[in-house]
Amino acid sequence: MTTQTTPPKSPDIPAAGAPAGLIGIPERIARALATGGGVLAVVSTFLAWTWTDEFPGDLTFYGYPGGLQVLVLIGGALTALFGLATYGVKGLGWLTPAGGDAALKLTSLATFATAWYTVLAISFRLGGVVNLEPGGYVVAVVTLAGVLGALALPFERPEPDPIDPEASRGERFRHDAAHGWHVVKASFAAGTPRPLRRLPASLEILVIVGILAVCLLVFTYGIGTEYDELFIGFLITAGFCFAALHKAGLIAHATRITARHQNITICGAFVAAACFPFTQTDDQYATIGVYILIFATVALGLNIVVGLAGLLDLGYVAFLGVGAYAAALVSGSPSSPFDVHFPFWAAVLVGALASLVFGVLIGAPTLRLRGDYLAIVTLGFGEIFRIAANNLDGTSGPDLTNGSNGVSSVPDLEILGFDLGVHHVIGGVTIGRFANYFFLMLLITAVVVLVFRRSGDSRIGRAWVAIREDETAALAMGIHGFRVKLIAFAVGATLAGLAGTVQAHVTYTVTPEQYLFAGAIPPNSAFLLAAVVLGGMGTIGGPLIGAALLFLIPNKLQFLGNYQLFAFGLALVLLMRFRPEGLVPNRRRQLEFHEEAAAPDVLSKTGA
Amino acid sequence: MTALLEVEDLRVAYGKIQAVKGISFTVDAGEVVTLIGTNGAGKTTTLRTLSGLLKPVGGQIRFRGKSLKKIPAHEIVSLGLAHSPEGRHIFPRMSIEDNLRLGAFLRSDKAGIEKDIQRAYGLFPILGERRKQAAGTLSGGEQQMLAMGRALMSQPQLLMLDEPSMGLSPIMMQKIMATIAELKEQGTTILLVEQNAQAALSLADQGHVMEVGNIVLSGSGRELLHDESVRKAYLGED
Ligand SMILES: Nc1ncnc2c1ncn2[C@@H]1O[C@H](COP(=O)(O)OP(=O)(O)OP(=O)(O)O)[C@@H](O)[C@H]1O
Ligand SMILES: [Mg+2]
Repeated sequence: MTTQTTPPKSPDIPAAGAPAGLIGIPERIARALATGGGVLAVVSTFLAWTWTDEFPGDLTFYGYPGGLQVLVLIGGALTALFGLATYGVKGLGWLTPAGGDAALKLTSLATFATAWYTVLAISFRLGGVVNLEPGGYVVAVVTLAGVLGALALPFERPEPDPIDPEASRGERFRHDAAHGWHVVKASFAAGTPRPLRRLPASLEILVIVGILAVCLLVFTYGIGTEYDELFIGFLITAGFCFAALHKAGLIAHATRITARHQNITICGAFVAAACFPFTQTDDQYATIGVYILIFATVALGLNIVVGLAGLLDLGYVAFLGVGAYAAALVSGSPSSPFDVHFPFWAAVLVGALASLVFGVLIGAPTLRLRGDYLAIVTLGFGEIFRIAANNLDGTSGPDLTNGSNGVSSVPDLEILGFDLGVHHVIGGVTIGRFANYFFLMLLITAVVVLVFRRSGDSRIGRAWVAIREDETAALAMGIHGFRVKLIAFAVGATLAGLAGTVQAHVTYTVTPEQYLFAGAIPPNSAFLLAAVVLGGMGTIGGPLIGAALLFLIPNKLQFLGNYQLFAFGLALVLLMRFRPEGLVPNRRRQLEFHEEAAAPDVLSKTGA
Repeated sequence: MTALLEVEDLRVAYGKIQAVKGISFTVDAGEVVTLIGTNGAGKTTTLRTLSGLLKPVGGQIRFRGKSLKKIPAHEIVSLGLAHSPEGRHIFPRMSIEDNLRLGAFLRSDKAGIEKDIQRAYGLFPILGERRKQAAGTLSGGEQQMLAMGRALMSQPQLLMLDEPSMGLSPIMMQKIMATIAELKEQGTTILLVEQNAQAALSLADQGHVMEVGNIVLSGSGRELLHDESVRKAYLGED
């Protein structure tokens, strides 16, 4: 968002565009408060916040920040850095290519929200504010002072729209509310980023390594959070700090650097991901890791269908199921009617082929029709697959899938003499069963990423976009719409099947209930679609981040229980309202959503 | 020698509405042929039928001696018939260069494609300057240039342009017409549908005047330009 330059006004009109903060404190004091608040917040994390270790994370020590204090420490440190950068301290200029005030506000909010959340959580859990040590009060006061200071920082106020003097009270209220919202938005608006000095390539690569390391750290930290409060604190801090980095212009800068070295970035990301099991002491979190990876890989496959080709597939999880069942049936499982035990490479081929066949069978009759029909047919197929798998149990139908009990005891894989079912010690680190599968899954992810990139940039990828944008013109270019769509659909199905073959082995058992349209546990079709839309259609990073969030949030916040789907729906509605292009926007999509005044309408855009 | 394109008694209907009621004309290689006529005369319908976007009710279309009636749209392009549809129909959210590449969708000679992209930039320098920009951000006239450049990318034997001057300023229009003349010099065969009868007829070797689904008058460009009834009806003279 760029600040608007207001036309020169006649002097007698009160200067609406004049800089002023949301709170009336002189700028110098406000800035000092905000920056000082950050510094003091850091200091206060070295104090004890509570007297007992009954609150998880043990915040009773002087000199050792622990648990939620670490998050406040990070928020405070970033606040202090951004604060100093807005003073023009030498050597910090690179932190704020798009101006530091908005970032300062957001990091102050991050620190404030996390600190107050912690203090309140302590009081609630232990029954009253008496459980706070002086440190708790200190952090509450300094972060409050900091955030007040930050909000008092001046910004360019937008002019209110003129209002009809005869407007009714309701209209007046709506007008004022809209203006208030514009003012709040303007107070967090960043300036136009000024270009940073271009670094030599080797330094840029070093920056990429640094970025990836931070990402790995944040991700490992998020996965490893052991109690609800810490995870919520993590989400608060991470969310606000990410927004702050974005407003400071650092994300845009990082995007530019990674875009210049795309191959290195992608390889680096895989190396970073492969490092993840080595950061873990036991297999507990590798389990989460491998499930996230399965979910994310399938979401990425779906992104080819939805994001690139614009085909709305509501039953995508069924293709994962086809692959998983196919692999399980030829795995030598005792509940499989086939008495065969294929080597893994053959099982992968069988699974991928089976999904391909189903993809073509479903796609061929429906892709000739308009997009809406495809959505309905795929929705139906998803359900038919699950119900059929339930019924092919030998009593209601031929014996194939062992009904609702599923194909169980799928044996562990052995690839080139490497048994994935037992732990191995590599370089002094124990790599457990799930970590083994994590590595295998990472390979599959790499395949999907490769297919995604190659097809996205290729002739066929351009044809997908062309069909989505203007079918008539695409036909006039000689693009065979049906064939091109069928390729997308079949490729998507095959990749899901590929992931399914690994999933069958990871979960030991393949049951129909793993492949629902919507359910509390991802992957299911609704969550897959949500991961794509939420993360960013047509991008690689989007579905990966979307899937990680959608897996971790329900997994970590068990207390949400029955409200989980409600919270999920609410979050999705809010995101679609305020950031319809998803967390990681695709350049082309962004044009779609922000150049036209038309209301975003994701599903109709992806249809047809 | 047979003509490049032969249309014989072509009839097209939208349900009960007969839009083209049996027209015949030919286009020889190297010629510029123009179709002019009032709004709703069936010019666009004719072009859309030739490129396979519509199926005719009756009649014959032969391109390079081959009947097009049973051939789907995407294969007609590969035979060498390019269509720049009415109202530009560029891909607004793709870059200019990607738009051009899509024009060459059916070709696989990489070097040739690159050469032709450069040729399009040569014809329309503004496209070259903005090659990475989203096509939707171009002005109307520039979009028209892009649509023409894109149609040329398939190396067509016959280029069909539907109202390339639609909505353009007189200067832009002259530029487009000059480009069409330049393409003609280079030997491209063109079937041109235009509202601007003056410009189209001065350029064309052959012209046909359409009225409510029929060709009512044919002749060389020069003849039609001096024809009494044409002057009255299309050049606004009485
Ligand atoms: N999709 C359609 N459905 C029904 N009728 C149509 C359709 N498209 C065109 N028509 C009708 O067919 C007739 C011929 O239309 P066409 O678009 O070919 O005219 P045109 O000569 O290109 O006119 P203009 O110079 O205004 O572009 C018109 O009466 C029009 O209303
Ligand atoms: Mg027309």
